[in-house]
Amino acid sequence: MSDAALDGNAIGGLLIEVFGAEMTTATGTCAGCGAVSPVAELAVYRPGLGTVVRCRSCDAVLMVFVEMRGITCVDLAGLAGLVPLPSPG
Amino acid sequence: MAGTALRGRLTWQSATVTAVMDETPSTRTISLSVPDWPGHRAGQHVDIRLTAEDGYQAERAYSIASAPGEDLALTVERLDDGEVSPYLTGELRAGDILEVRGPIGGYFVWETGFGGPLLLLAGGSGVVPLRSILRHRALSGSPVQARLLYSSRSWADVIYRAELGGLAEGVSVVYTLTGSQPPGWTGYARRVDAPMLAEVAWPAAPSPSGSPSGSGSPSGSGSPAGGPLAYVCGPTSFVESVAAGLVGLGYPAERVKTERFGATGG
Amino acid sequence: MSPISRGFHRKRIQAPADRVPPGQYVTGDFPVLSAGPTPHTALERWSFSITGGRETRSWTWEEFRALPAETLTTDIHCVTRWSKLDTRWEGVSLDVLLGAVSYDARYALAFSDGGYTTNLPVGDLLGGRAWVAFGYGGAPLGAEHGGPARLLVPHLYFWKSAKWVRGLRLRATDEPGFWENYGYHSYGDPWREQRYAGD
Repeated sequence: MSDAALDGNAIGGLLIEVFGAEMTTATGTCAGCGAVSPVAELAVYRPGLGTVVRCRSCDAVLMVFVEMRGITCVDLAGLAGLVPLPSPG
Repeated sequence: MAGTALRGRLTWQSATVTAVMDETPSTRTISLSVPDWPGHRAGQHVDIRLTAEDGYQAERAYSIASAPGEDLALTVERLDDGEVSPYLTGELRAGDILEVRGPIGGYFVWETGFGGPLLLLAGGSGVVPLRSILRHRALSGSPVQARLLYSSRSWADVIYRAELGGLAEGVSVVYTLTGSQPPGWTGYARRVDAPMLAEVAWPAAPSPSGSPSGSGSPSGSGSPAGGPLAYVCGPTSFVESVAAGLVGLGYPAERVKTERFGATGG
Repeated sequence: MSPISRGFHRKRIQAPADRVPPGQYVTGDFPVLSAGPTPHTALERWSFSITGGRETRSWTWEEFRALPAETLTTDIHCVTRWSKLDTRWEGVSLDVLLGAVSYDARYALAFSDGGYTTNLPVGDLLGGRAWVAFGYGGAPLGAEHGGPARLLVPHLYFWKSAKWVRGLRLRATDEPGFWENYGYHSYGDPWREQRYAGD
């Protein structure tokens, strides 16, 4: 655990921009170790070059967001699953 | 359709500062007027954006201090090494303009229908979203019992001191002052640890009489609608330690909501 | 157009213009910016390896610290636009480390504890321009800044100065590292403002 790490709550706005929906309550499954967690509880690192979201159990990279030239690159390759809560409709 | 509606809420809006009030030597509450403010839920935050004359922009997230139904207010802690917080807690004054987007957050929220009893655990400025929850509870007349365990460096650093001292029935506040204590202090004087949690936290098992658990569980994911609900907010190391301590006391992980403010506590 | 927030400005220190690459501002801070948790590798288990040459060469911490080291004062430039002048370091030159290996590779991928990687031409690691640094500001390099040892290549943007470095993989072709994969510039010269691919 790094004391500098935030959690998924801190990127709620970024996630809405990218996914068009509230995603901190979504459930993420780590493709590395299988750990299941609400996105809000994932470890988030923001070193300025981009946003790196990691599994709290095994530190594997789950999601990376990089914004440059007005475009956001989204890498979800570390997730085996990302399931939002059903919207109230 | 839901996606479009959310993106609409995510546009940056101009907000005018209507008042600033220093709460402690290092924190200030900023009241904002936002023309198309859609309202918010207790525990949510906003992103704010400042633009300098040379075009430089800085964005930060701040928890909403006011209750649903009240005007938007944020409480900001000054970080000496920071770039934004010294401005917000120093130079900023009524009439100034900044941009906000939000409200944001669907996880670290409490509504009266989620029930309780509520256990709120604050490390430093982590008390801000928990104060929104307490104000919402009071304004809505909820009968849910609530207890706040609030860790601060000193009595002078306790935010909302007067308000927390005058809370209504059904709410108790326990302080722990980790750095210095006023003369005659008989309260806790150390970082939150397992023995303190055991003394302060509601028992993990639901009480036989139960509290009104309402129509939904907090995450909507089918977790049991009984037993205390915990909200832990503050510096990352505080949240990690306290959340682990609650799970150690038997709290189901899905009934412990966490919000980490990073190394410096937001 | 965003409204201007009266009185808000970036924190900056004045500095001679010829010390500040385009688009940068000078700070007195040393921000801790990490893409993952701080690793804590015990020195007894630490090694620095160079692979991809005619033979693999590896140094334990004792062997590494027995190599000739230098102190240097240099400026560092982060792609996030802050620059810090006159930073003091102590480390072993890559001329010494690469000098112990036979190779004809032209490219290197530096790799670190925690999985971080970054790519550089081997030529930019030579000629007194790169170090494996174990000291900062006259003290052992702190873990949050990359200790026990980090790569230090101050003539390139600082994301190339991999924290917690554990070695180099020498390669015939250039393979993008962690940030380069997401569009950051393969080379990264701050004086030509090469922040993103295509700059």
